[in-house]
Amino acid sequence: MSSVQTQSVQTGRITRKFIYLFLLLMALFYLLPFFIMVVNSVKPLSEITGGNMMALPEVFTIEPWLAAWSTAQVGVEPTGLRPYFWNSIKMVVPAVAISTVLGAINGYILTKWRFKYDTILFGLMLFSCFIPFQIVLIPMARILGILGLSGSTYGLILVHVVYGIGFSTLYFRNYYAAFPTELVRAAQIDGAGFFQIFYRILMPSSGPITVVCVIWQFTNIWNDFLFGASFASGSGAPMTVALNNLVQSSTGVKEYNVHFAGAILAALPTLLVYIVAGRYFVRGLMAGSVKG
Amino acid sequence: MGFLDIKNATKSYGNVEVLHNVDIAVEEGEFLVLVGPSGCGKSTLLNMIAGLEDITSGEIAINDRVMNGVHPSNRNIAMVFQSYALYPNMTVAKNITFGLEMHKVPKPERDEALQSVSKLLQIEQLLDRKPGQLSGGQRQRVAMGRALVRNPDVFLFDEPLSNLDAKLRVDMRTEIKKLHEKLKTTIVYVTHDQIEAMTLSTRIAVMYNGYVQQLGTPKEIYDTPENLFVATFMGSPAMNILPASVVVKDGLPHAEITTSEGQSALLPFNQENMSDWAGKDILLGIRPEAITDPDGVDRKSKTVVPISNRVGVTEPAGADTFATMELAGKDCISRMRADADITTGEIFDFVINMDKAVAFDPQSEMRIK
Repeated sequence: MSSVQTQSVQTGRITRKFIYLFLLLMALFYLLPFFIMVVNSVKPLSEITGGNMMALPEVFTIEPWLAAWSTAQVGVEPTGLRPYFWNSIKMVVPAVAISTVLGAINGYILTKWRFKYDTILFGLMLFSCFIPFQIVLIPMARILGILGLSGSTYGLILVHVVYGIGFSTLYFRNYYAAFPTELVRAAQIDGAGFFQIFYRILMPSSGPITVVCVIWQFTNIWNDFLFGASFASGSGAPMTVALNNLVQSSTGVKEYNVHFAGAILAALPTLLVYIVAGRYFVRGLMAGSVKG
Repeated sequence: MGFLDIKNATKSYGNVEVLHNVDIAVEEGEFLVLVGPSGCGKSTLLNMIAGLEDITSGEIAINDRVMNGVHPSNRNIAMVFQSYALYPNMTVAKNITFGLEMHKVPKPERDEALQSVSKLLQIEQLLDRKPGQLSGGQRQRVAMGRALVRNPDVFLFDEPLSNLDAKLRVDMRTEIKKLHEKLKTTIVYVTHDQIEAMTLSTRIAVMYNGYVQQLGTPKEIYDTPENLFVATFMGSPAMNILPASVVVKDGLPHAEITTSEGQSALLPFNQENMSDWAGKDILLGIRPEAITDPDGVDRKSKTVVPISNRVGVTEPAGADTFATMELAGKDCISRMRADADITTGEIFDFVINMDKAVAFDPQSEMRIK
């Protein structure tokens, strides 16, 4: 048995080396932009303008990071990205939480409390996953105006919740479709009500799909630029819009090192979410596809 | 008026009627088994009793209370599901007491009920485990514990043994029967396994195509099946159904059939009214155990007819030997003693016990009474 195993390893040795080499090159290729960003964000500006973008810093400085965070010129104010970072947090956390919870409840109803035309309703909800953002800009602006939410963080939360429900419903519906209905029936006979069944029986088993949904919503909402630029302006703008303003600020010299640092700062939260919850992401994506 | 009264219950999905005018009255303490092939409506009927599906027309009453429209949790029933439906995130103890908690039973009483049930089912050492850590048989017990702890009027079992392996299934079957004899509760039990139906029940309802074909004690169902479907569905191996014609000889009615050797044999009927069918064709139903070797015949039977026939295939099954032979142009299964001296392809002297033979009208497929 063991001899068979060694043999199969030996025959594949060269192929395997090629595979690893190829994968390594691809990994380096993908890491290159990030390398350039990190390297240039810790150099003084003179090193960037006068030299090689790929070179390691001769003088190490975290000055650009500090500037990007708290003193750089964003638009007209020298505030750095800090206030906008908190804007984004204030927008992302409620929007993700609300759209995930609503998606979970939708999925629960669409699979365990079936009603007439429920598949048609679900189909209509899926439309929101495919409608391009640009189409809804003007109607959405009207509605935000009517509700008195235009230009505020609350307005952005509403927009992202509405847009997020389609995806979160899709995730949870497909996940709960594989959840045994007999459990719901048993709980019904045991006397559990609609919400009791939801949070005592379904929710405790929804870990993986919740992670998937949260990661998806978090990255989408955090990275959104169009809605942020359209519906929030000035001091209410989210991080992505502020980053754009930072880079576009036309006064004085272009501080590439500060721009690089700002861009990394803007990408950091999503990166963190992936690193922390990435394992569950893959597991959760697989969970719906294979039964048992 | 029974303890569980199903009156004229009908179920339709849209225009399709899947359950037609079911009438069953179950007395308190009875063990009713609903048996039938898949798609016959037995699970639908059970779900209607549980309240998980509504009743299109008719009435279901438990303990003199009409249950139409009453929520499952207010019917005082408990159900054991095919997949056990144990809550995967809760411990065994939590699983068992969840229903009590939902019905706002105080904690000390819950603990007491848990203690007595877990003792009864011998699952005391499992209480802190999660369902995922249990074997099939243990899960089965926990599922029963969850039903028992509620102390319901009626227990509903939905094919509870079909996920167990063959040996465990027989053990659990005995255990369910013991439990019923001990607790004297009313049970409605759904299965597609006719042996489970025969062994467990005090009464059986055989269902097919949304109709109750026959409702009766296991003995009634087995010995006097109402129609051809019940006759062939109940019993393993199935009853032999042989085309025969009725002749009257010496004033007594006989069934005339042809043997494998082309000779005709006369089998006297056990019921005299078969004379009315003289000259007509019928279907003769004979159970495999009624065709046997001369030494294996029941000494108490009155009408035993010897018949010489060529042996087809023999299947030794340990306790018995089954042998096929051709009768009336059909393959016919007979059941011998294990050590009956029988050889494939040879002529053998079979005996047919006509005491329990039944006759069916070939047109209506109903038993001729």
